[in-house]
Amino acid sequence: MDAIVVEGLRKRYKQVLALDGVSFAVREGEIFGLLGPNGAGKSTTVRILATLTAFDEGRAEVAGHSVQHDPAAVRRAIGYVPQESGVDRDATGRENLLLQGRIQGVRGAALRTRVDELLEGLGLAHAADRTARTYSGGMRRRLDVALGLVHRPAVLFLDEPTTGLDPEARAALWEELERLARVETLTILLTTHYLEEADRLAGRLVIVSRGTVVVEGTPEALKQTLQGDSVTVELEAADGERAHTAVAALPEVHEAVLDGRQLRAFVDQGARSVATIVSALDAAAVSIHAVTIARPSLDEVYLHYTGRDFRAEDAEAVAAARAPAGGRGGRER
Amino acid sequence: MPRIVAHTWWMIGRQLRNLAREPIWIALLLIQPMIWLLLYGQLFRNVVKLPGFGAVSYVTFLTPGIVVMNAFFGGTWSGMAMIQDLDRHVLERFLATRSSRIALVLSQVVRSGLIAAVQALIILVVALALGVRAHAGAPGWLLVLLTSFLVGCAFGGVSHGMALIFRKEATMIAAANFVGLPLLFLSSTLIARTSMPHWMAGLARFNPVEWGVVAARQGVLPGADWGSAAAHLGLLAGLTVVTVGFATWAFQVYRRSL
Repeated sequence: MDAIVVEGLRKRYKQVLALDGVSFAVREGEIFGLLGPNGAGKSTTVRILATLTAFDEGRAEVAGHSVQHDPAAVRRAIGYVPQESGVDRDATGRENLLLQGRIQGVRGAALRTRVDELLEGLGLAHAADRTARTYSGGMRRRLDVALGLVHRPAVLFLDEPTTGLDPEARAALWEELERLARVETLTILLTTHYLEEADRLAGRLVIVSRGTVVVEGTPEALKQTLQGDSVTVELEAADGERAHTAVAALPEVHEAVLDGRQLRAFVDQGARSVATIVSALDAAAVSIHAVTIARPSLDEVYLHYTGRDFRAEDAEAVAAARAPAGGRGGRER
Repeated sequence: MPRIVAHTWWMIGRQLRNLAREPIWIALLLIQPMIWLLLYGQLFRNVVKLPGFGAVSYVTFLTPGIVVMNAFFGGTWSGMAMIQDLDRHVLERFLATRSSRIALVLSQVVRSGLIAAVQALIILVVALALGVRAHAGAPGWLLVLLTSFLVGCAFGGVSHGMALIFRKEATMIAAANFVGLPLLFLSSTLIARTSMPHWMAGLARFNPVEWGVVAARQGVLPGADWGSAAAHLGLLAGLTVVTVGFATWAFQVYRRSL
């Protein structure tokens, strides 16, 4: 059975079309990744599934309940870890968890045991009775995860769980999440713009760009769709268009993608094509700063499918356009 | 129904516990009413020479007014807590749970009323030290506490409704300042109604702050008119229902904006 079914989801915020027909299905017990640049619609999708945001068209079901028609049943089944920490900073970690648990219908000794177990499991036991104001970013994030899990939900939504964390805290949280996924028999829907995170945690994923799903599969299968290697050329000057034309015209180049001063060419055999690419650029009078050959990674898949969306200014423009509708800062919704 | 009550109760517990963690807030909560009473009592001491005050001292006249003024100010500003919960994404977190939606608003409103009542008690005790005796005795004290609770709730409803619509501290501050002093001076809080300009005394009848002052005075001044007290409490209770309705509607507006 599918734990989450999303079909043709559309959502418009005033001038901005946030979702333009998103569809995917998440199987029970898997970790499913929603990967995409800022402003692609990942958070909007999760917020719709968490019953926070209404949608205009389509169908959404979580744990067998319709998000639209039975939001109360959906809320019973889910834990939601929002993109921005929802921790009550004036309360201690334990107080945060006890209140959340009571609201979610857990009581008495069962609640106290569960709270202790989560504090212990997420490495917060030593800080359980300190106000969350004193917590580091990583600790606050772990408390967010604990808040989402307190009532043993069937489905957990993690909206960019490690954004803003330093690499060490990120790695620690990944370990926690992997362990929890094993221990808690959970279905997890994870949004992220870290390819590494999706590669590490997600069994399957979709790449979302500009409000639609552009590709779906396991990280392995997606890497295989990009057969062969990528040759990345760092250009000396901003003459990318000329370089792109020259390289894309080569018969052994399947595709060439320009990203700022980086030109990536997808070829069957990197080592063999480097010389051809370099001489083609030489002929076009393009100066080269550096050349690297890479086996395909999720990076290439991502770049291949999201194309220009990858560029930071694009993402910022989308985020800025979204901000007035929500009345908040330029974070993705 | 029990779920709404339980969730409201837990949420009030959260708010009061968080406030209790702020020693400065508690100090101000205690000291501020005393300052009103001592400062205004001295400043306007000679007002009693005007007609309309009867035989009571000014501080006796002033005490119920200060109680209501305090509840009114506290209620008007109470929506700041909602803005903080919005900014810190605490409200969103609760919205994705089984939390009763009404409890999220109702708890804030009732909390405003409870704090107003606690402050009323402090004011009555300080006033007692200044020689103010509630002529109606224990029922008088109860009446003052109930009045302050209702005034706190009524204006708490307005404040939380505005907080959910504006969602910005700066706008809230401007709005609270806009209503604060005009409503205070359009009431007999500081001065007997007979000493007010005729048109202001007329307008005051429609002022909820005045309803509270009139009700609370029946518990403190001699010659209590219990009928008038009940009528004004009824008006305040009705207003509370309306403003809670407004805040609940504003909450729907906020949720639709997500």
